[in-house]
Parts: sequence; C-alpha cells; structure tokens
Amino acid sequence: MTKIAFVRKKEIPPSAPPITEVGLIGWLRQNLFSSWLNSILTVLSVYFIVIILWDFIPWAYGGHWNTKSLRECLDLDPDVACFSVLTARWKQLLFGLYPAEEYWRPTLTFIFLLLAIVPILFPKFFRFFWFSIIYPGLAVWLLWGGSFWSISIVYIGLTLGALFFLTLIRRYLKNYMIAAILAFLFTAVFFLFISNPLVGLLNAILPFSLPFVESLKMGGFTLSLIVGVTGIVASFPIGILLALGRQSNLPVIKMICVGFIEFIRGVPLITLLFVASVLLNYFLPPGTNFDIVLRVVIMVTLFSAAYMAEVIRGGLAGLPLGQHEASASLGLTYWQSQQLIIMPQALKISIPGIVNTFIGLFKDTTLVSIISLRDPVGLASTIRADQKWNGIYWELYVAIGLMFFIFCWGMSQYSQYLERKLKTDK
Amino acid sequence: MSSPTLPPSESFKFSMLLSDTRYRGMSLQVITFIIFMAIFFWLVDNTIKNLALLDKDVSFNFLWLRAGYDINQRLIPYTSDSTHGMAALVGILNTLLVAFVGCIIATVLGLFVGILRLSKNWIVAKLMSAYIEGFRNVPVLLWIVMVFALLTEFTPAPRAFKGAEPEATMLFFESVAITNRGTYFPAPVLAEGAYWLLLCFGISVVAAIYFIRYANKQKKVTGKSLPTFWISVAVIIFPTLILFFAMGQPVSLEYPYLKGFNFKDGIHLRNSFLALTLALAFYTSAFIAEIVRAGIMAVSKGQSEAAASLGLRPNKIMSLIILPQALRIIVPPLISNYLNLTKNSSLAIAVGYMDVRGTLGGITLNQTGRELESMLLLMGFYLAVSLLISSFINYFNRSFQIVVR
Repeated sequence: MTKIAFVRKKEIPPSAPPITEVGLIGWLRQNLFSSWLNSILTVLSVYFIVIILWDFIPWAYGGHWNTKSLRECLDLDPDVACFSVLTARWKQLLFGLYPAEEYWRPTLTFIFLLLAIVPILFPKFFRFFWFSIIYPGLAVWLLWGGSFWSISIVYIGLTLGALFFLTLIRRYLKNYMIAAILAFLFTAVFFLFISNPLVGLLNAILPFSLPFVESLKMGGFTLSLIVGVTGIVASFPIGILLALGRQSNLPVIKMICVGFIEFIRGVPLITLLFVASVLLNYFLPPGTNFDIVLRVVIMVTLFSAAYMAEVIRGGLAGLPLGQHEASASLGLTYWQSQQLIIMPQALKISIPGIVNTFIGLFKDTTLVSIISLRDPVGLASTIRADQKWNGIYWELYVAIGLMFFIFCWGMSQYSQYLERKLKTDK
Repeated sequence: MSSPTLPPSESFKFSMLLSDTRYRGMSLQVITFIIFMAIFFWLVDNTIKNLALLDKDVSFNFLWLRAGYDINQRLIPYTSDSTHGMAALVGILNTLLVAFVGCIIATVLGLFVGILRLSKNWIVAKLMSAYIEGFRNVPVLLWIVMVFALLTEFTPAPRAFKGAEPEATMLFFESVAITNRGTYFPAPVLAEGAYWLLLCFGISVVAAIYFIRYANKQKKVTGKSLPTFWISVAVIIFPTLILFFAMGQPVSLEYPYLKGFNFKDGIHLRNSFLALTLALAFYTSAFIAEIVRAGIMAVSKGQSEAAASLGLRPNKIMSLIILPQALRIIVPPLISNYLNLTKNSSLAIAVGYMDVRGTLGGITLNQTGRELESMLLLMGFYLAVSLLISSFINYFNRSFQIVVR
C-alpha cells in the first residue's frame, strides 16, 4: 500500500507577489487605473496637463528678458513670453515710487522682518524675542525715515511707564488697578510734555536721521507687506478681545462686540477702504488729515479683526464646557483661566482658520489699488499705460500672482506644520 | 449653645466698585458704555461740524433726480433720463445677478473638485489640489483682471467671423459666438401659446413632487422602492414635449448673426459680466471644494464601515449615510462663502461692470457729491443681504445641530 498522506516538513519560500501588484506597475494599477472610470480620469488629466505644459513651457522657457519694449519682443518672436517688462520694471513692482537711492531701506526692513518673525515662529529661537519687539519701531523708522529719536522716544516712554508701574507695585502700592492708572497718567504726562523737548534735545546732541519718504511713494510689494504684516500683527490681539467680548456675560460689552463684528463682516472691504479714503474726513475734527497708508492699515486691521474674532469664537465654542468649569473650580480668575486654560486650547483648534484669515488679509491688500494706491495690481495697469509696454498682460500677472502665491502658500504650509506639532491626540 | 455668628457685614466702600466681583462687572459696563457713547457723539458732532463747514445737509432727495448716465447692462428698463434711485436699483440687480450665477457655478465646480480631490486616483487628486491651491493663494482681484484679459485679448473680434473663409467660427452648430466684445447665445423667443407650455411644465413639476412624496410614503409602509428618479423625470419632460410639438413649436430660438461689424440678436453677455462671474466662481469654488472635502472627511470612518456591514452598496452609503451627516457640516460655511462671493462682487469696478458699487457708490456719488448718503445706502444694502443670509445660517444651525447638553 502506498502512502498517500503527505506532510510537508519544510516551509516553501514565499513566492514573489504578482508583477501587477508591486513596483511601478502595481502603483500605476492601484493609483491610476483601478477601474475604468479612474482610467478615463487619468487619461483626461494627463491630456490636460500635457496641453497646458505644451503651450506654457516653450512660452516661458524661450522668453525674452533683455528687450527694450513689447514691440521689440514681438518683432523677435511673437510666440514667446516677453519678460523684459520685469527686467525693466522689477524695481517698481517691488518698491513702487520709493526713491531709487533709498532702495536699501525697504530691503533691509524686509530682511529684518524675516529675522523678527523667526523667534515667533520657532520657539527654539525665543531668546531673540527682544528683536521682534523693537522691530516695529525700526521698520517705521527705516521705511518713512525722519529722526531716529522721534521713533525711539515711543519706546523710551513706554519703558519708563512700565518701570514706573513695577516700582509702584514693588515698593509702595498693593492695588494693581490704582498703580496701572498712575502709570498711565505718568506715561501720558511724559508724551504730552516731556517727549517733544527731549526729542529736540537728543536731535541737537546726536543728529541721527534718514531722509523722509512720504506715504504716497510707497508701493509695490513693499506696500502689500506694510499693510499685510501690520494688519496681521494688530488684528490678532483685537480679534481675541472681540471674541472674548462676544462670549462675555456683560450685556453692554457683548452688544458692542456683536454689533461691531456683524457690521464689519456685513460690508465688503472695498466700501470700508472707500470710507477710509473719502468719508473719514467727515468723522474727524475739521482740519485733521492723517496718513492715507495709516488709514488703510487701520481699516484692514479692523476688517480682519472681525473675521479673526469669529474664527476664535469658533475655537472657544469647540472647547468642552468642562474646561471652563474645571478652571473656575481651581480658583483661577477670569483672566488667569483665559490665559492658562482656555486660550491655549481654543487657539490651537482655530489655527487653520486664523491662518486662513491672515492669508485672506494679505490677499485683500490688493484692493488698495481701487482707492488708487500703488500696490502690485495697481502698478500692473500703470506699467501698461506706458507706451513701451502697452498690451502686455500675462508676464506681469504671472509674476505678481507668483509672488502672492509664495507668501500665502508659505503661510498655509506653516500652519500645517504648527498643527502637526501641537497635535496632542492621535 | 452659641448661635453661629454672621461675619460682620462690610460697609460699602467706593473702592469695592473696582475690586468686588459683585459690582465690578456693573461698573466696567457703565464705564464702557460712557466711553462708547462719548466716542459716538464725538463722531456725530464732528460730522455735523464738517457738513456745516462744507455747507451740506443730509438728504436723500438726490435719489429722485435725473441720473443722466447710461448703464450698459440692465435687467429692468433704464435710460439716462431715469432717476438715481433707478440707477441704484439697476446696480443692485446686477450685483445680485453676478452673485446668483456665480454661486451656482461655484457650487457645481466646488462639489466636483472637492470630491475628486478625495479620489484614490493619484494624478486626479494632485491636479485638483493644484487647482485649489492656485485659486486660494492668489488674490481674487488678480483673477478677475486675468480672466478679463483672457476674454478680451485672446478671443477673435466680430469681424473675424466674416467672409467665405472666416478666421473664427461659431461654436455649437453656429449658435454661440465668443468674441472680444462678449459672448452671444441664442435667445428663446416665446410665440403665442408659449404660456400654455409654461403652465403645463409647472403642473408637471408639481405632479412629480407629489409622486416622489407618494413613493417615499409607500417605501416607509411597504419597504418597496419605486424607480422614483426616472418616473419623475418622465413626468416632468414628456407632457411638455408632447404639447410643444402638438401646438406647433411655439418656442423657438433666435440665433445671433453677424451684421456689419457686430453680432445682432441673441443674448449678449458682456466680457465684464463674464469675467467677474467666472473669476469669482472659480475663486470661490476652490474654497467650497475644501469645505466639501473637510465635510466628507469629518464623518467618522466607523459610519461608512457600519453602513457597509449592514450590506449597503457604496453609492447608497454615500447618499444615505455620509452625505446627510456631511451636509450638516458643509452647509453653514458654504452659505458664508456665498456671502463672500456677493461681497467680492463689489470688485466689479476693476473690469467696469456696473454693479451697485459702480452706480450708487460710483457715478451717482461723484455726480451728486453725496458721499455720506450714498455710502450709507450702499453699506445698508450689503448689511441687509448679509444679515439675511446669516440669520438663515443661524436658523439652519439651530434646526440641524446635534444636541449635546
């Protein structure tokens, strides 16, 4: 009798997976051709990408960079880009009408900006935070010029006020509120009566100033960055206060905050900018006339503060009620619990929304072209009005769009990095 | 036994207004209110003084004066002899037209892109995310002027359609002409009896709705589902179609044709309108796509797994389980994006489209010099639209929110 029972003693070595499941073919099958619908979509997408690149690459790659006018470009080869307009006008796109011999000032301001945001973005470098604090004054001085002392007196005054407050608290007074009021009065007196003579004195001893540049000369990306960065920095704290005000249980404060937020969110930014440029003179004492860039910055700040408030309110609403109750049961005061318990969590939830608001604000800086300030989009039409470049569109638009894209995309990438970093749950 | 003594009641001190929590809230509010009213009256006082200096008053009578300017696109009868109020109304309708058409296109595109962005197909997903990032990260104003440049610079002039061998041809069986002066579509012309057709169509739609209700009721009672979709489509289409031919085709299309150097007849969509609407729709669709994607992803995976384990097929899982839950998340931000589109339509001035900002806040304002009144009316209009929409969002949220505690 033959033995038919068979028991394998040795394990068979695993056979290689079918060639259709691994490697390039496997990836293609899984990702591009998994069903007939997917295959059609893939073919359509590839076709679409190919026809776009087929036109774009020769157009961009063969572009002229060194002609004198659009006419010359068209004579050479009408089918390729004429980037010469960028070669000829890039300074204007970056700096607007800023005096040419002073270009180093906006450039330096921009470099300092990058340095100043590093300690804020990456906690590793937080010890350089002092630079971020002096940066705003430095930037104002570099961009607008004037006496160094008239800017630094603001810092001096505020520092003296803070020192006064601390001394009062340490030595003489227990009550914070009264100390704060006294310190405020002290600072006010300093700015009203002492600062002007002091600036004059300092100017006489050590004249240290830059040529003054007026606001209407600002333009191009310098202007976008001035409005955008100031708006971002200022709208964030205002937004937090508005959001807290809206959540507050004090009816008057709540009503004011709700009214403000709903009004600002209800009208287009362009009407607000229009108010800033035309109507603001009605609302201020007769004869007042203050800087147009400052007016625009204030309006843009208020506008995005209202949106910021709503985003942060969403974050606050997303927190479980238990967090409020737990912090209250620990005996924390309102501001302590906001600072230690509520805000850190609420802000973390609302990071994507906050950054979206920042991006929106930065993009909205282009609207100032409609009240005839010279931002990049406004400059594009100024450049086209020149006989030499009349009729040029894409080269300018692509360049401007690319600049905005880099900034905005960078911001959104940073927000995703921050979200991943702060993620505490899986 | 000694009775528990109460702590000695503190007599009221002035400093307690700031330090005692019982009074602090109140005093804070009073201070805020006083400051707020002070600022308010200061602004009003300044305005009154400034108006007096300029010898102006506040009056809305200019709305009934002759406007004296033309508006190239109007949905209601308007000539330069009409009043400023009429001009404002024409502008408002133009704004609403852009907003309405833009929202529809943006929703369709956004849904499409948002769902494809979640596709397992690598290249499609990447292409869609390039679309989203491209539109979201470049200012809408730039998109508007770019689309406008595309429409005016890269389309043939009407005279290119002329001659025996024209350089450009009309699309879709000689019915649509895309030119640098705008796009011309065939226009429907209603002959006698067309109203019967409309009536018939209306009755069919009502009948279809009643049928769907009946089918749903049947499904709940008996568990059998009827082929609702096809039957209702048939109910809507066939009676009208039969009547259309029975009455000798009372609705016809009027095709645009070339006369001289321009097209005549048909519906003329100006480039300014097209550029504004399309650019706003593309831009907003990128945001809607992200909302749709986030909404679908927010429905937890357990839901679709549970549905699959009940034996539902993938398309049923999508329509019965995922979408109803995702919609709750999608709808409020979707509507606020519609609102954003409406507000962004005020950028019409960049391409010369006459919306309410261009008529009331533009030419009327400049001609009459009534900045304060015009801006008040303009803001009032936008505020009214946005409050209407946000109250709708609140209503939606209240009725569809999951109740927590």
